Amino acid sequence: MSSNDHKDIDEVTGTDTTGHDWDGIKELNNPLPRWWLWSFYITIVWGIAYTIAYPAWPLVSSATAGMLGYSTRAEVAQEIARFEDANAEISAQLASADLNTLLENETLARFATSAGGAVFRNNCSQCHGSGAAGFTGYPNLLDDDWLWGGDFENIEYTIRHGIRNEEDWDARYSEMTAYDEIFTNEEVDAAVHYVRQISGQEHDATLAEAGTELFMDNCAACHGDNGMGNRDLGAPNLTDAIWLYGGDMESLEETVRYARFGVMPPWGSRLTEAEVKAVTAYVHQLGGGE
Amino acid sequence: MGNYLKLIALGCTALFAAIAANWGRDTAYILHAMIILGVSGYLFIRVLRRIDEPVQATPEGYMDDVVRAGVIATSFWGVIGMLVGVVIAFQLAFPVLNFEVLQPYGNFGRLRPLHTSAVIFAFGGNALIMSSFYIVQRTCGARLWGGNLGWFVFWGYNLFIVLAATGYLLGATQSKEYAEPEWYVDIWLTIVWVAFLVVFLGTLFKRKERHIYVANWFLLAFIVTVAMLHIVNNISIPVSIWGSKSVQVFSGVQDAMVQWWYGHNAVGFFLTAGFLGMMYYFVPKQAGRPVFSYKLSIIHFWALIFLYIWAGPHHLHYTALPDWASTLGMVFSIILWMPSWGGMINGLMTLQGAWDKLRTDPIIRMMVISLAFYGMSTFEGPMMSIKAVNSLSHYTDWTIGHVHSGALGWNGMITFAALYFLTPKLWGRAQMYSMSAINWHFWLATIGIILYAASMWVTGIMEGLMWREVDANGFLVNSFADTVSAKFPMYVVRGLGGVLYLAGALIMSWNIFMTIRGGAKVTAPVGVPAE
Repeated sequence: MSSNDHKDIDEVTGTDTTGHDWDGIKELNNPLPRWWLWSFYITIVWGIAYTIAYPAWPLVSSATAGMLGYSTRAEVAQEIARFEDANAEISAQLASADLNTLLENETLARFATSAGGAVFRNNCSQCHGSGAAGFTGYPNLLDDDWLWGGDFENIEYTIRHGIRNEEDWDARYSEMTAYDEIFTNEEVDAAVHYVRQISGQEHDATLAEAGTELFMDNCAACHGDNGMGNRDLGAPNLTDAIWLYGGDMESLEETVRYARFGVMPPWGSRLTEAEVKAVTAYVHQLGGGE
Repeated sequence: MGNYLKLIALGCTALFAAIAANWGRDTAYILHAMIILGVSGYLFIRVLRRIDEPVQATPEGYMDDVVRAGVIATSFWGVIGMLVGVVIAFQLAFPVLNFEVLQPYGNFGRLRPLHTSAVIFAFGGNALIMSSFYIVQRTCGARLWGGNLGWFVFWGYNLFIVLAATGYLLGATQSKEYAEPEWYVDIWLTIVWVAFLVVFLGTLFKRKERHIYVANWFLLAFIVTVAMLHIVNNISIPVSIWGSKSVQVFSGVQDAMVQWWYGHNAVGFFLTAGFLGMMYYFVPKQAGRPVFSYKLSIIHFWALIFLYIWAGPHHLHYTALPDWASTLGMVFSIILWMPSWGGMINGLMTLQGAWDKLRTDPIIRMMVISLAFYGMSTFEGPMMSIKAVNSLSHYTDWTIGHVHSGALGWNGMITFAALYFLTPKLWGRAQMYSMSAINWHFWLATIGIILYAASMWVTGIMEGLMWREVDANGFLVNSFADTVSAKFPMYVVRGLGGVLYLAGALIMSWNIFMTIRGGAKVTAPVGVPAE
């Protein structure tokens, strides 16, 4: 850019400038830094080589496939196939295994709990928590309090068919009555205090007394005369300290008035046979399995 | 005559806005119609009152009022955008901060685009418009072309920001990252942007220097390309002319590709080319040194412009995007590495012979740290575009860290330096009100960025490793929620980094305010071009 008739040397560096001047800004006539230029060339050469090796250039209706025949989809499929092949035998064994005797085979038991843990973390943890401790409305699976039963058979049934869903006709089903329009306000209070009494919490004795008859007439059919619940109906035990929706006055009142309707999807249609067995084994060994 | 045309146009706009406010189908649309009604009504009265006033002589010298307004708008929006950023950073660490009473407006989901748009488009955009107006006048030795068109660009652009921001809060969004504003806001921005281009080109044509200065190449590339990106990515059909909702014409993977072609080049041309334009003026001015290499500036300019536009697919590795597009995105990103670094070399080497100023001049220090972060993030970017690296980094906080080391380090710091350079000159002061406050700002911002970037690297890589961790049988070890809870401490650190950065910006705003308010005025002579 510099012309011989217009030499303007920068004093500090001794380099000539281009002779331009914009608002006092000049430009030195330095060449491109060699390391910069060579690095640029190398990336270009590498880029060309890479596009020859891998699928890159679009053609009319497809694209160049690349010398290596690589594809991301094939890579993932291979990786999945590698694990599936490695696990094929033990998965088949698990799919046909009897859950009750599963634990006797140590290799199978270990495989089932590790596979079941993965299934649980991917599919169940969103509601039951990654540690399976549950949340308000989502049962804790670590304790030995079960709504629908905690032996292998019952856990498997619950996982396979789910609860109160409309997708699976064999889903577990029951529905509590909402007493808001059946009970008077006093009766709601009485029922709440009765439940507080049988669960050993602070309560008003007079109200609880008044609630006894109400309970026997309306609630005992499902929750049992003693309030211990009924697993055939998924009716919770009301005498312990474990609450799905809360045992405080407010939560109990809401439950009595408006009832609850917890839903779980059926997993039998989404998981493989081996996965259902595996996650059953996993949940069973969390602490409360019967 | 012109005034009568203006009155007709403003009257029609006001009338239409009044009808739209009445017929509007959603809150955002109604509010926007009312804002437009207010603005056009005010302008109608203003024009009407001046209609038979004697025509004033065209002012001479540089048109700096609009640049002054830009300086104030830049620091204002900077503080707002960074404040929202701090809020959402803590919302991620403590979800309880999504207060129930503020729903749905104060939800993370609505505040997040408010943050990104406020910092990129409101803070960054005002910085770019204001400095391009300043630079193009100084380096062309000419007054801004088009009379009050410069003012139209400034107010029009800020109206766009208000419409976009209120729209997000009220739930009007196209759900396209960095292109969230709905159809009529997009149309308005297109009009403003074309006016911006016309003002810029008009001034370039009037230049007194035979050659066009390198800063102006970058600024022109920024303006032209952003116009193209904005129009193509926002092609959509409104569901109703009386509502904000619109439907994109592209769908599926084509839509994703157009979106990331736009998204990546918003980074490339808005946050890189545009800010390089700023760098090419303010760094040599502040250092008082010539630009290091004219040849390098030409080569890296054209290489950058040509290569950047192809790199978008690297945002969609391992998705429904075909492999060939993914490969090209990655290859072009890698080749882009050196052209990006050309700007850093030219900036840093311009300080040759002025390195001693690092000790005494906090503004130079900001420029150097800005170029250092520019170099770091333009190395990190190509590296993350490599498929194998991306399979770990994609969807993790590493990406957030990468964006912020570029945005806070490069864009933020060079903008702060430009504001510190411009404020005393524009208001005729000898220097900023407090030089030690600039120093404080420098350190607060630098430590803030380091906390931010380091914590995001840690959580990003941890998260990526946790997601892909499988046991000997190939089963996943962690649930998604496990990774979320593992990130908590780093989220707090990130929030603290943001607080420091925001504190720096507040100090700067105070410093600018005090500079504008106090001190004796010195009149600046209009630059005389060489030759």
